[in-house]
Amino acid sequence: MKRTVFGVVAAVLLAAAASAAQTPSAKQTRPYKAPRTADGQPDLQGFWTNSTYTPLERPDGVTKAIYTPEEAEAAIKLAVQRESAQTEPGTTADVHYDFSQFGLDRSQSLFVRNLRTSLIVDPPNGKIPPLTEEGKRRTAQRAEDAKKLGGRWDSAESNQLDDRCLIMAGPGPPMMDAAYNSNYQIVQPPGVVMILTEMIHDVRIVTLDGRPQPDAKVRQWMGVSRGRWEGETLVVETTNFNGKNPFRGSDENMKVIERFTRLSDDTIEYKFTIDDPTMWTRPWSAESAMKKTVGPIFEHACHEGNFGLYNTLVGARLEEKRQAEEALKKGSK
Amino acid sequence: MRNRLLIGTTLALMAGWLLPVLTRVAAQAPASPAYRAPRTPDGKPNLNGIWQTMNTANWNIEPHPAGPSPARELGAAGAVPAGLGIVDGGEIPYLPAARKKQQENYANRLKLDPEIKCYLPGVPRATYQGMPFQIIQSTKHIMLIHEFAGAVRTIYMTDQTEAPADSWMGWSNGRWEGETLVVDTKGFNDLSWLDRAGNFHSDALHVVERFTPRSAETITYDVTLEDSKVFSRPWKMSMPLYKHVERNAQILEFRCVEFVEDLLYGHLRKQPAK
Repeated sequence: MKRTVFGVVAAVLLAAAASAAQTPSAKQTRPYKAPRTADGQPDLQGFWTNSTYTPLERPDGVTKAIYTPEEAEAAIKLAVQRESAQTEPGTTADVHYDFSQFGLDRSQSLFVRNLRTSLIVDPPNGKIPPLTEEGKRRTAQRAEDAKKLGGRWDSAESNQLDDRCLIMAGPGPPMMDAAYNSNYQIVQPPGVVMILTEMIHDVRIVTLDGRPQPDAKVRQWMGVSRGRWEGETLVVETTNFNGKNPFRGSDENMKVIERFTRLSDDTIEYKFTIDDPTMWTRPWSAESAMKKTVGPIFEHACHEGNFGLYNTLVGARLEEKRQAEEALKKGSK
Repeated sequence: MRNRLLIGTTLALMAGWLLPVLTRVAAQAPASPAYRAPRTPDGKPNLNGIWQTMNTANWNIEPHPAGPSPARELGAAGAVPAGLGIVDGGEIPYLPAARKKQQENYANRLKLDPEIKCYLPGVPRATYQGMPFQIIQSTKHIMLIHEFAGAVRTIYMTDQTEAPADSWMGWSNGRWEGETLVVDTKGFNDLSWLDRAGNFHSDALHVVERFTPRSAETITYDVTLEDSKVFSRPWKMSMPLYKHVERNAQILEFRCVEFVEDLLYGHLRKQPAK
């Protein structure tokens, strides 16, 4: 418990130091006060993106927490190149549509620039902390269970969650860059903050009326979120996860604490702390931002148009048939 | 004998007189003109809350008797409850070919109903599909968040445009007419249905919904549907919406994709080697 408090304090201090390094102009003037909604809440409404090239964990070989502006630019340039790299025509990898051609790679839209080398600010090494003994056991068990389901193309159920149109990286919590279309809309009537994620139209309705979490038997993919205002900051606590969409190896006991603070007209600071004592030896925290973008959010009817899943399964069965026939031919020779 | 005949005739007469009256009352559910809804901080009628219909329209929006379950295993639990219908005048004014298509849809509903496949429900079906939905009301945008499949509608109150593309839930622009929220929706695809009975529309569908608060915990929901490819004239439906008053009411996840994968893709599962 003490460690949790220490971790959070350390994260806040580090984050403060880092944002000072990152946005000096915002810190020189007096603190920004967000516009208010009609009922007096700090107004977070509008369209936002958290698209970023900054990785969650610090890359191996990088030892500092904050890049110089030149180093940050170089890192982004490298990431852009990697992202828009062309696949070789005629290979399996080339079957996927071209991200850069359809404007889906991050560099063709607004993305959040950051001098950080990682979104993780605590532990100070920018890495997810070590697993507990129970965490190691559960991770091994999960791999074992996945193996039993078979290979990726053996069935719909053995494929990835995003290919199945079940859930993507955007809604979280924590809300992460979704590789493309990392767009959100926030609407705030009295007593509620609604966050719509473009990817698979996932909605979080954060209640602000102090109600308790539901019974532990009520478990959801996105958990259940309860929020409160602490001055200019919206604090959201989420529990009751079902554990089916592990965040970097988390489990159903994960508690996510998010902090949304509007730093300027076009920026919301977004911090989160992951507390999952079953899995990790200590809580860990990250910091990112949401930049104001333009609407509207389009309907992402993912499952309804999921020809990809259907066609890859058909393809895999045809390939098996072809191989079986070939083997039979060889055997008869 | 004479008495019985007399009673019978009287009853028949009464029924003949009463039924249309009852139907009309049910169909129109007129909002008390005296009712003035509480206001949001920006002075508009406050529709915020979690709402749900209380009828059997999702089984069939036209009047219908009770019937057996379309899936045998579900027995009485899956059987169709009767309904007085929500269509003004009782019958949808289909073009002749469209009525035939509806009947084909009905006959093949287990294979064709998009609801069974966990597809976005379309409009207005999302409203009376039977699960709750939450109205999130702000000055610029009014969001309708449906529990079924997590379907979302954005109603643009200020920054209004034409539909940029066809979609399942359409493109909605809204305005206030006194106590009433009027929502104009176009830009539909032709893939959603109006109920489980195969009632349908085309991509020419134009829906106008009117949400009128009639008490603190009810809204009168009137809808006009126009679709020249399917219907011979515009027609109306009407029903009340009821507010959830439980203190802990909230929209929960119904991520039904997971529940239909075996149904949709099970035949493509890898078979164990022989």
